[in-house]
Order: sequence, then C-alpha cells, then structure tokens
Amino acid sequence: MKSRRELKNYQNEQHNFKLRLAVLGLLALIAFFALAIRFYFLQIKRYDYYQTLAENNRISIVPITPNRGLISDRNGVVLAHNFFVYTLEVTPSKIDDLDATIAEIAKLVEISPVDMKRFNKQKDESHNFESIPLRTHLNEVEAAKFAVNHYRFPGVELKSRLFRHYPFGKLGSHMVGYIGRINDNDINNLDEEGLLSNYKGSDHIGKSGIEQSYESVLHGTTGFQQVEIDADGRAVRVLSSQPPTSGNNIILSVDSKLQGIAETAFGEHRGALVAIKPSTGEVLAFVSMPTFDPNLFVDGIDFDNWNALNNSLDKPLINRPLRGIYPPGSTFKPFSALAGLEAGIRKPPFSIYDNGYFTLPNSTHRYRDWKPGGHGNVDMRRAITISCDTFFYGLAMELGIVRLTNFVRHFGFGQKSGIDISGEIAGLLPTPEWKMRRYKQPWYMGETVIAGIGQGYTLVTPMQLAQATAILANNGLALRPRLVSAITNAKTGATTLTKIVVNEKIPLDENNLEIIKLGMIDVTLPGGTAASVGVNAGYSIAAKTGTAQVVGIKQNEKYNANLIDERHRDHALFIAYAPAEEPKIALAVIVENGGHGGSAAGPIARKVMDYYLLGKLPAVEPSVGSSIATKPNENIPVAPVNPVVNAPEEEHFD
Amino acid sequence: MFSRLLQGFFKHIDSFLISCLLFTMLVGLFVLYSASGHSLERVTSQLINIAVALVIMWLVANIQPQQLEDIAVPAYILGVVLLIGVALFGDVSHGARRWLNLGITKIQPSEMMRIAMPMMLAWFFAKREASPRMTDFAIAGLLLVVPVGLIVKQPDLGTALLISASGFYVLFLAGLSWKFLLGGAVSIGAMMPYFWSMLHDYQRKRIEILIDPSQDPLGAGYHTIQATIALGSGGITGKGWLNGTQAQLDFLPERTTDFIFAVFGEEFGMIGNLMLLLLFSLLIARGLVIAAQARSTFTRLLAGSITLTFFTYGFVNMGMVSGILPVVGVPLPFISYGGTSMVTLCLSFGILMSIQTHKKLVASG
Repeated sequence: MKSRRELKNYQNEQHNFKLRLAVLGLLALIAFFALAIRFYFLQIKRYDYYQTLAENNRISIVPITPNRGLISDRNGVVLAHNFFVYTLEVTPSKIDDLDATIAEIAKLVEISPVDMKRFNKQKDESHNFESIPLRTHLNEVEAAKFAVNHYRFPGVELKSRLFRHYPFGKLGSHMVGYIGRINDNDINNLDEEGLLSNYKGSDHIGKSGIEQSYESVLHGTTGFQQVEIDADGRAVRVLSSQPPTSGNNIILSVDSKLQGIAETAFGEHRGALVAIKPSTGEVLAFVSMPTFDPNLFVDGIDFDNWNALNNSLDKPLINRPLRGIYPPGSTFKPFSALAGLEAGIRKPPFSIYDNGYFTLPNSTHRYRDWKPGGHGNVDMRRAITISCDTFFYGLAMELGIVRLTNFVRHFGFGQKSGIDISGEIAGLLPTPEWKMRRYKQPWYMGETVIAGIGQGYTLVTPMQLAQATAILANNGLALRPRLVSAITNAKTGATTLTKIVVNEKIPLDENNLEIIKLGMIDVTLPGGTAASVGVNAGYSIAAKTGTAQVVGIKQNEKYNANLIDERHRDHALFIAYAPAEEPKIALAVIVENGGHGGSAAGPIARKVMDYYLLGKLPAVEPSVGSSIATKPNENIPVAPVNPVVNAPEEEHFD
Repeated sequence: MFSRLLQGFFKHIDSFLISCLLFTMLVGLFVLYSASGHSLERVTSQLINIAVALVIMWLVANIQPQQLEDIAVPAYILGVVLLIGVALFGDVSHGARRWLNLGITKIQPSEMMRIAMPMMLAWFFAKREASPRMTDFAIAGLLLVVPVGLIVKQPDLGTALLISASGFYVLFLAGLSWKFLLGGAVSIGAMMPYFWSMLHDYQRKRIEILIDPSQDPLGAGYHTIQATIALGSGGITGKGWLNGTQAQLDFLPERTTDFIFAVFGEEFGMIGNLMLLLLFSLLIARGLVIAAQARSTFTRLLAGSITLTFFTYGFVNMGMVSGILPVVGVPLPFISYGGTSMVTLCLSFGILMSIQTHKKLVASG
C-alpha cells in the first residue's frame, strides 16, 4: 500500500518536473526571441542611424557644468558668486607643435611664466583629449584680438567659463571657505561616494568652510549634450541634451556687516570671535583673525602667495574659532560656579573670607589670588563679579574634578559643537583617567584646584566658549550651532529653513542660574572686571573676562606686560550676552597676546553688540586704550598655553 | 587498443555538449583577439584558462553524481563561512569587498557559491520523502537568502542575481506552488511603491539609472550608449573580424570582459548574433534533455538549475549590452575574458556530463 503511493508520487513528481522544465525552456526561448528582436531593431531597422554615428562621425558626450549655488549672508548680501571670464583653452592632442603654437599665441595675448607653469602641470595630469586652460581672465581686448586670429590656431579655443569669486575678499574667509581645483584625492572621494560622473566637466570643488561642507548642495547636477564631432573635433550637431540643474543657494545666518565690524575691531590683533543667537543656535559672526583672500585659491594659489600665507607667524590659514585651542582662564568661572551651586556645596548665603591665597589641607602650598592681599568677604555673586580666584579654588577642591567636568561637559566643553562646517576639534576637558592614559601619572588635587579657574590642562575653542555662553544665556537649552539658516532651491526658488536641533535641555535650578547671571551682569557695572565695557551701553550686558598666560611666570617674578615680547603676552578672553534680561546675542572673544580680557577683548565685544542690538556703527576713534587704566588688573598665575610642558602644580608658588 | 583507451578516456564526456562548447570557446578566442587590440598575450592567457577549465570539467564528469550529493552540504557550509570571512576580513578592490586573502592565495567565495547553491538546494529537496510542503520551501528560501544577502553586501549584484536565479530554478522545479509564485509576484508588485517611498533621493536616482542608463550618459550610461552604437553599426553581416571601429577605437569600455558581446556584434553583425543565440540554444536544449532524463531527484534538479542558470548568464549579458536590461556585471559565458567564470562554467557543464553518463549505473544500482 505504502509503496504504491510512493511510486505514484514518484511518477507524479517526474511528470510535474518535466512540465515545469518545459515552462522554463519556453521562457528561455521567448527571452532569446526578444533578444533577436532587439538585434533586428538595432542592426537592421536603425542600422543607418548607428552606422552614421559610428563610421562618419564620432559621437561625444559633452558635460554641461551646472552653475554653482551662491552664498549670501542673512540679509541677502552675496559673499560668493560666479561670473563669466574668457579663457583660452588648448587641446594638446590636436596640435602638432605645441611650443610653436603657444609662442605664436603669446604674440597676441600675454602668457606669463605662471600661466605656463600651471598649463604644463595640468597637461601632465590630464588624460587623452581634454582641453586645458592656457590663460584665464582675458580682458575684452585680448579676447577680441584672439577671436580675429582664431582661424590660425586649430585646437585652441576661446571659451567663456564661470569662475567663482568672493566679492568681499578677506571677509569671513574661514567661514565661507573657498573652492579649488579637483585633485586626485577629491577624485577618489567622489568615486567612493558614486558622484564622479556628476563632476565630469567640473574643475572645482569646495575645499574648506561652507564651500566644502555644503558641496553637495552648492554643486548642482551636471547636464550633458550628446554631440556629433567631425574629424577636427568640432561639434557638428547636437543629438540630444539635458540641461544642468544649478546648485542651490545658501543663506548664512551670519550678518556680513556685523562680521566686518568685528573683523575691523580686531585691528592688527590676532584672535577669534564667535557670536551666536541663543534662541536659534544661528551663528551671527564667525571671525578668525587675521584672514586671507580666498580668491587666491580658486584657480590654484601661486607659490609666493602660498608661502607668504603658510609661513606667516600669524598663521592666517588656521580656522581659529574651530581649531584654535586656548585655556579658558576666568571665563570658565561662571560654569564652575554653576557646578558648585547645582551640586549643593555653595548654597547662598555661603561666603568666604579671601586673604589672597588658598591652601589645600595639610599643605603649605599657596594658590594665590590675582589680587595680592585678597578681596575680603566674597560670596558667589561677588566672586564672579570680581573674578575671585580663591573662592573657586575652594569650590573646585570640594567638588572634585569628576563632578566638575561631568557638569561642564553639558555646556559643550571637551566636545565638538557640531557646527555645520568641518575641521572642528574637541578641545580638552581633563579627567584623572585621561591623565593616566596620556601621561601615566595620577591626578593631583592641585590640578583640580586650578581647573576651577579654567587653568591647567583645560583647553577650549572660541566656538565652544561662545556655545557655552549661548547655553547659559538660554537657561540651559543647548542648540546645535549652525552657519546656514536656509537653502534656496535654484530651480523652484523655494526656500527651506534649516532645522533647529536641540542637543539637550540641561536641568538647572532657576535660583542658581539667577545668581550666576547677576554676577555676570555686575561684571560690566562699576566695580566689575569689565566695567568699561558696560559704560553708556543702553542695554545690560552679562559678561565674564578671562586671561590666559602664554609663558609661565617664574617664582616671585611679576608679570609686566610692557617688558614681555608681544607674542608672549597673555591671551585676552571675553564672553558676554546681551541684553541680559532677554539675550539676543551671545559671544566669545579671544585676542591673542591681548593682555587683560576686559580691556583688549571687551571693546571688540561691545562694538559687535552695539551694532547688533542698536544698529550703532563704531565711532572711528583709535583711543580705546585710554579708559582701561581704572579697571582692576586681572593678573592671575596660570598654566602655559601648552599644558604639556609642565605639571601645572609647579606653576604656582607659595 | 588505442581507440579503446581513447574511448575509455572520454567515456564520461558528452560529445554534443563538448562540440558546442569547444566551438563557442573558439569563437570567443577570435573575438578576444580583436577586442584586446590584437593581443596574443591575452589570447594565450585565455587559452590557459580554457585548458585548466577543461581539465576540471573532465574530472567532474568522471565523478559519480552520488558523490556530488555527498559533498553538497559541506561545500555549501564552507561557502557560507568563507562569505562571512569576506564580510569581516575581505580585501577591498574597486569599492567592493569580494576577495578573501588566505595568505597563500586569494579566493572569491561568491564564485564557489554559484555551484554550491544549486547543489545544496537539490540535496535538500532530494532528502524530502514526500512531496515538499510549504515549510520546506521556506527553509530552502532561507538557505538561498543568507549567502545571496552576503554577496549583495559586497556588493556584487551580478553574482547575487545569478545565484538567486540558480536557487529559484531549483525551488520552481521542485514544485513551488503556482499560487505562491503568483501571490509573491503580486505582493512584491504591491510593495514596490512603499519601498520606493522609503528610499532617499540619491538611492532612487541610482535605481533609475540602473533601469534607464541613458539618464547618466557620463557615468553608467556611457557603456550602454557606446555598446548600442557598436551593435547597431554592425548591421546584418557585420564589419568583419578586426574591422569594428567602435571596438578598435577607444570607445568601448570593458570590451574584453563584460562588454565583449558589443565587439562580437559589431564585427559579425546580426547573422553572428543569431548564430551565437543558436549555439547557446543548443547547449540549453541539451542540458534540458539531460535534466528530463535524469533518474534521481537530486540530479534532475541540479541539471535543470545548471542549464537554466547558463541561459540566464547569456541572456542577462546580451540584454545588458544591447540595452534592454540594466548594467550588472555578468560576463558572456565562454567568450568573455576571465579564468574564474570559465572554470565555474566548465565545472557546471562537467556536472551535466556526469549526470548524463552515470545514468545507467544509477538505474542498475
């Protein structure tokens, strides 16, 4: 019985199998038949068409480069645009005697040695039949001169190409960035991203700043023409074409006027300024001084200019807001203070009596206040106002390094802010584990003590300092900073606003915040470390000054700015937001070797705030320094800029 | 005596198959000489590939199908393990992770899977006593999806496609229900808009370009445009051997490997193309006959799958070169330059011969 059923199944199965095999065989036959039809279509029906393409002419696909998107500021002022220039392009493969031809062209149009160098370099790098620019930026007269003689130069073309131009030159060049010629490295990257075909015909790509990080937005989609070419390589007929799609336009959150005022305010000083709108995270000014002219890079920077920029002691190419690292100095105190309050170890009406120094238990080592003899009775609010070191030494010791760093990390210290251009570095928020890893040494209590006043290993970027100030102004709401506030679609004209990204909402006690804020407002009032900054402002400013020492001061030596080489003077730091009641702008300023924060960096901040809040243009007066003398000199013992050099404890003397 | 020995030596070689194969390979060598720009070096190297592949074919043809059945599972497991190894430690070349460096030599495990997959699935269904049920098909589907997924990730779409096809053929021939097939086709069709809406713009663009290469004439579409010009300008009789202008000038990319059919079509025309289709059809027809006559479930399913996979190879390659299928990296069987595909193909035809020539033994045993 059983075997019979199996037998039946077996026959069934075989029958089924053959049926299905036949079905698939039939499908294969149909598929081959479809191929045969396709061959008929290509090789018989459209034979003439393809025959013409293949034999008499060569078909060529010519890419049409899209217009790169514009970059403008928040008020529509264009910071990067394109314009047409005449270029003279040579296709070496079509010319028998290249040198003779170029010599002949040089009689009509000036060809400089720099042009020749660039041409030869590109000729070596290029592949088969490409045309290479010999001379760019021809003026009308030169273009006309060549056009008349064009017939004498087969293989040389006068072309009108779009060039990138930055009309404001040096203004905000670290932020806007620049484009440059596509190199092998770029090609590899594009290939990996599968974008290479979209760059056929493109010579340039974003190399830094917005131009780099928004490359995909700005570039657009390359169009193409399928053309017939005659034996001389001239396009005879366009067979089909698809127009390119222009890149999208970018609208920055930055106000170029404000940016200009800030850059001017730096004068000859080096440094950085970042201003943020606290309620949105938009960056209003992004200053790195000195700046450079990005136009130099567009068509390949020449040797002399490159050397001048690269070897300058002022390091103009460094993006200081994102890559400059400085000890925060006393600008760190409001954050230490908040850490102490939130941890509940410095609840009002807590106060200390400052007699000018602090000692650890069971130690005679004195950590000195910047003011010899001390400030007397100091509570939290006053400690911020007068920047009392002694108060924060004790606070940090009791809080401990772990609690301190864990708290301030929420304000963005020790991590990248996530701003929308690349190259940012994370700074440094030291912990005992970090020190063990880095130096194979245990953490010393003394290092905690000085960490409380922003000295020691701690390093911040101007971006981080501005971001931390904005978070404070925003009552703990941390928004990701961004330079681009909107993108306009070039095709449809529709504008898309970039989204506000909430990094986190730090849970903070309102009363604690209030104490910090009052202390910071007092800073710009008479008696505060930056009293001059608040004079006749017309709005209230919450601020904090800071000073970071560049070279270590030896024991019992007094810091005297006048006697020290300019490059060894202290860095001046200043953070502020205003109006204090309803902050519209938060900023951080660092003036390298500027001396005291209130006097060197404060006035720059004031000019920026005056313009942003009141529309007031800075008066043209060079005598900024005259009013400084009355302010207390915040000269504190600090670690050197490079904390690797010495163990910070050694920097302090009894 | 000598002829007796010769007869013994070729006892397991199917004369019809080998005749068609050798003829196709010969045609391939001529096309390769033209496509490579008259490179005898290339032709010699391909001759060595062919020699190695034929030896392997002879060896496999002499193996009992029963032995093939025995090694199906180990071969499959080894293949999957190696594929996982590729995913973890594989060498990256041209943006894809396909090779596994074993120290002494580099191997491409996805190639091994081309044979191991149909063997494994044929073994699986041969082991079912009664007619396979839905759960059996589900398990078989899983056995198919895991290695294919690993290969898609490499990414190697061409190989993944061929292996999927070879597995699907086994499932279908084993009796996958018509209802399920129809239901599957309908539900995939219905899901398409949903998947489409899930994709990013750039992903959609890529798929659009895959389907219609003319949208990207500077990149992926360039191949197809130049290949159709080559084919079309070949006309009925072709431009003649070594006379293809598109092929001889630098217009055709990959003209010795995936796009060699464009050279063939340009130089030998419509007549040549139809002859090649005929040659392939003869090989397929013979394979289907071998499958229909096979005595066990395992050999039946394996022979059917191998034959139809060979068809898929040829169809996908010619379809892609002539512009009716998307461009995926599939070589033209027995004609494209390359040792790996030559060996894999000859191995599979060796299996067909083994199945055909060991039939009597199976029947009597």
